[in-house]
Amino acid sequence: MTTILDVSAAATSTAPPATIRARPRKATPWAQSERFLRVAVPATVGLMLLVLWEGLVRAFAVPEFLVPGPLRVAQALHEDFAMLMSALWTTLSITAGAFLMATLVGTLIAFAFVQSRWVELSFFPYAVLLQVTPIAAIAPLIIIWVKHPTAALIVCAVLIALFPIIANTTMGLRSVSPGLAAFFRMQGATRWQTLVRLQVPSALPYWFAGLRISCGLSLVGAVVAEFVAGTGGQGAGLAYQILQSGYQLNIPRMFAALALISLTGVVLFWAMLALSNAVLKGWHDSAHTQER
Amino acid sequence: MLAPNPAFVTPVVEALSVCKTYRNGTQALAPTDFTLMPGEFVSLIGPSGCGKSTLLKLVAGLIEPSDGRLQWWRQSALLQGAQAPSGRRLAFVFQEATLMPWSSVEANVRLPLELQKVPRDEAEVRVAQALQRVGLSRYARHKPRELSGGMQMRVSIARALVTEPDLLLMDEPFGALDEITRNKLDEDLRQLWAEKGLSVVFVTHSVYEAAFLSSRVVVMAARPGRVFQEVTLNHEGPRDAAFRASPAFAATCRELSDLLLQASLVSGSDQLETA
Repeated sequence: MTTILDVSAAATSTAPPATIRARPRKATPWAQSERFLRVAVPATVGLMLLVLWEGLVRAFAVPEFLVPGPLRVAQALHEDFAMLMSALWTTLSITAGAFLMATLVGTLIAFAFVQSRWVELSFFPYAVLLQVTPIAAIAPLIIIWVKHPTAALIVCAVLIALFPIIANTTMGLRSVSPGLAAFFRMQGATRWQTLVRLQVPSALPYWFAGLRISCGLSLVGAVVAEFVAGTGGQGAGLAYQILQSGYQLNIPRMFAALALISLTGVVLFWAMLALSNAVLKGWHDSAHTQER
Repeated sequence: MLAPNPAFVTPVVEALSVCKTYRNGTQALAPTDFTLMPGEFVSLIGPSGCGKSTLLKLVAGLIEPSDGRLQWWRQSALLQGAQAPSGRRLAFVFQEATLMPWSSVEANVRLPLELQKVPRDEAEVRVAQALQRVGLSRYARHKPRELSGGMQMRVSIARALVTEPDLLLMDEPFGALDEITRNKLDEDLRQLWAEKGLSVVFVTHSVYEAAFLSSRVVVMAARPGRVFQEVTLNHEGPRDAAFRASPAFAATCRELSDLLLQASLVSGSDQLETA
């Protein structure tokens, strides 16, 4: 068969593909590599702050029931390691359960919104209501209504984590290239084909952005719900440990529990970012911006 | 052999007094008659806002006319699946490549066949042929972002060709490309049109492109959008680099430029600034 549009001709000489244009990169010394700097720079800043903190606590002889130094916090973490890890596991279980539930429910609600304008018009304001109602205000009610304590905590965390997934996924499913949408229409694509082949892939970057926000909110929701439920006798998570430590003036353990919560949040965020980059790599700018 | 009597040839497209007024009251196209005969290559040119893209989208069935009647092959212009009522096929090439960035080049080209449930084996063969035709077989597994703008537009053309269309509609497909790439793609498109006997409606801003490609040029005017004048180009020889340098081509470009200027003048003074 004749090659009608010959890529070897002048057309490509002026506009070569990115893969050809890219020159082989010089080996970057590891100390100057972007990936190394991304870890090393904030780690160095963190280490300097810890040293400064320890130095100030010692210099001014601050009592540990006010502000313990980082070494004392580390010691508390070591001494109460088993108890804190057990509490971390409880908080993580609630966070994971809430995050999975929020992802599933939020995604399904977003699908329903884009399938019917009436459904969106009718229910979107109530989704916003979920977002703006303080969870601390309704958590006691949920704990009364839902008999199983863990299920009650998960419901509280879901209510906090749900909205970003609904809002982002709905926006993603609607943010389809008009040209591609017209192309699907001209090809007589069914509603299902358009949803699966066009809308879902188009929504993925938005969906992952929603997941990145919601995983942190799931943790926040789990901790807030534990604070409320903990006073009602349900206590095994990190929030409960913070409350108990406060009552006992065991401030180093309180700081240790707090540090574990923060660290968990950071790990969850970076895990979601890594998953997002792995899926979107090769076609979406967000994954490539992270690489630079 | 006797040429077929035009009176007995079924037009590919017949737009009878079609017009388009948007909800905000903007009249994009006044009542317009437009006919495309089989094997014609018709370019629509005109100042900004003259309704050439609107007319193309009306012809494609992408938007509905506010009034008037549109027919494909003398039947009502309603797509049944991906086909016109007569079983013939339309393909549309957009101003941008409009490829799925998450899919490979071959998956993009295969898409219309999958939507039409063409058996996989047959689809593979047709995709390979379409990619070979546009010279992109080597890049079948690449993602669109790994290709240059010109190559992405070739993929878009391959995706249109893989359905073996009877009517090809193109909305400024090479408008964003540099001149050398555009000239090359114009030559390739002209050759493709001649080989496949396609019927083409091509929207462009460039009189040079219209003069090079077309068998007929429709010059449009704005406010409201309407057909200003039509010019039939009867150059019999090959359309290649030599044709671009010929006095005939220069004369055609001059004639089209003059008509475009007149169309701009009747469209209002501000069109002159943008033309």
